[in-house]
Amino acid sequence: MGNDPMIEVADLTKKYPGRTAIAGLTFQVGRGEIVGFLGPNGAGKSTTMRILSCYLPATSGTARVAGYDVFTQSMEVRRRIGYMPENNPLHPEMRVREYLKFRARLKGLGIVRSRERVDTVLEQCSLTGVSKRIVGQLSKGFRQRVGLADALVHEPDLIILDEPTIGLDPEQLRSVRQLIKNLGGKHTVLISTHILPEVEMTCSRVLIMRQGRILAADTPDNLGRALSGAHQVVAEIAATEAELREAFEDIPELNDCDLAPAEGDYMRCSVTAADGADVRVQIYDMARARNWRLRELTRSRLTLEDIYVRVTRPDGGEDRN
Amino acid sequence: MRPYLVLLRRELGSYFVSFIGYLVIALAIGEMGLCFFSLVQSLRNGSTPMPLVELFFATQFFWLIFLTTAPVITMRLFALEKDSGTFETLMTAPVTELQVVMAKFSAALLFYMIMWAPFVGCAFLVRHFVNDPSVVDLTTMGGTFIGLFLLGCLFISFGCLASSVTKNQIVAAMISFAFGVSLFVVSLLADQFASAGGLVTMAFQRIAVTDHLQEFARGIVDSRQVVFYLSTTGLLLFLTHRVLESRRWK
Repeated sequence: MGNDPMIEVADLTKKYPGRTAIAGLTFQVGRGEIVGFLGPNGAGKSTTMRILSCYLPATSGTARVAGYDVFTQSMEVRRRIGYMPENNPLHPEMRVREYLKFRARLKGLGIVRSRERVDTVLEQCSLTGVSKRIVGQLSKGFRQRVGLADALVHEPDLIILDEPTIGLDPEQLRSVRQLIKNLGGKHTVLISTHILPEVEMTCSRVLIMRQGRILAADTPDNLGRALSGAHQVVAEIAATEAELREAFEDIPELNDCDLAPAEGDYMRCSVTAADGADVRVQIYDMARARNWRLRELTRSRLTLEDIYVRVTRPDGGEDRN
Repeated sequence: MRPYLVLLRRELGSYFVSFIGYLVIALAIGEMGLCFFSLVQSLRNGSTPMPLVELFFATQFFWLIFLTTAPVITMRLFALEKDSGTFETLMTAPVTELQVVMAKFSAALLFYMIMWAPFVGCAFLVRHFVNDPSVVDLTTMGGTFIGLFLLGCLFISFGCLASSVTKNQIVAAMISFAFGVSLFVVSLLADQFASAGGLVTMAFQRIAVTDHLQEFARGIVDSRQVVFYLSTTGLLLFLTHRVLESRRWK
């Protein structure tokens, strides 16, 4: 069992009347991975999660969780997943502890075990202080954490969180992010979110979706490398354009340079090197050899936001998978 | 079995922590009070050969209790969960559709029976003040409660079905209210056309709920009626189950 993937999705398609929500989705998620689902609204993220959590059937294709088919062995799958749907629905009339206990018992935990687990998740999600409050009267951040605690309460192998951090303030965001990060290794986590830095910080792998297809699937770093093709280095040097162009000829790795006048006597040079080579040292040496003043030298990395925008842009991206 | 009990407990509990549960009980007690009042009035006018509980059903207010409470008790069962989205967390937990339907139905039915408890009080009050102990005897009381239970099964199971087909509680309540009124009207029609005979009249008489209840109130438990109520309830619950399951049809 050890190295079997946690999620195996093959050629999964879901059609609603008049609309294809996901089209031929294929991906795998290994045990212990934290995978982020990214994509614009309507990309099919929630539909995929609903199929994986056995709420909706797929039109065609197969999806397996921990080796069990989500359609034919749905009970086995449901015992192994903790799912928090979008908008985090809860029973507003119940108290926090009461609700979690109800959910734990519903998921098959015994009385003693459910009490232990409820205590654990209350602490894990920093809810101990509000355990006697009524869910409907809690602030959004607390309710969000109650939903998260519900997903964790039966120690599932796979945790599926559909936009878990909506409506949290920065402090709560940080604690929830840390919580999710700590879940990795022991649990497999699948999160969908719009907040890109979050994915960058918590996820070991990103799946970018658009119009029901996966456009890119890799670690955030690899995606950045693959998409930029090369690193871009920005330097501000006090020299004339002609002098600079001549000097850059001497650096063989350089592919392209773009010069623009900057504040003062400086020229702002944006240069790209082939094969991801780092040309910062060459540029520094060049400036020193010619006695030019150098006031900035940085290598720009593509952020996940750049990748996301590039990949999900309707014209580009299709060739990136 | 365990998910059923856990769900049953939550469903029943939710009636008692929400405004709606107490509202229904208050409504029912109010209507029972009206019935009781008109019953006492008619007793003042002289003796009657009818057993006391049957007299209770003979008052026109009595059917209001059925028609108004059953839709309110059942409207939220599925509609609210679908509307708020908790249906998704419920159905992604390891529970079967059958367990969910049965738990919700039993919780509503239990609540409905609890709602009728004050009725026992009314009967014993009369017994206390009337010197003749035979006015309220256990056979007729027992028959009445069996009747109320069976009618409750029918109304509540229809309410479950109505609530499962919509997200809107008001629509669910309207559907089951219309069903209740139709049954009631059919009973009245059956009485009106009783002498006319014919197949339709006979069919109407078979499903005439008011007549059935009157018989139960006399202490007569007819197996035909028991079968009618239980099988119809079974059918309605089966349909509810199918509605829930249809989500997973490809």
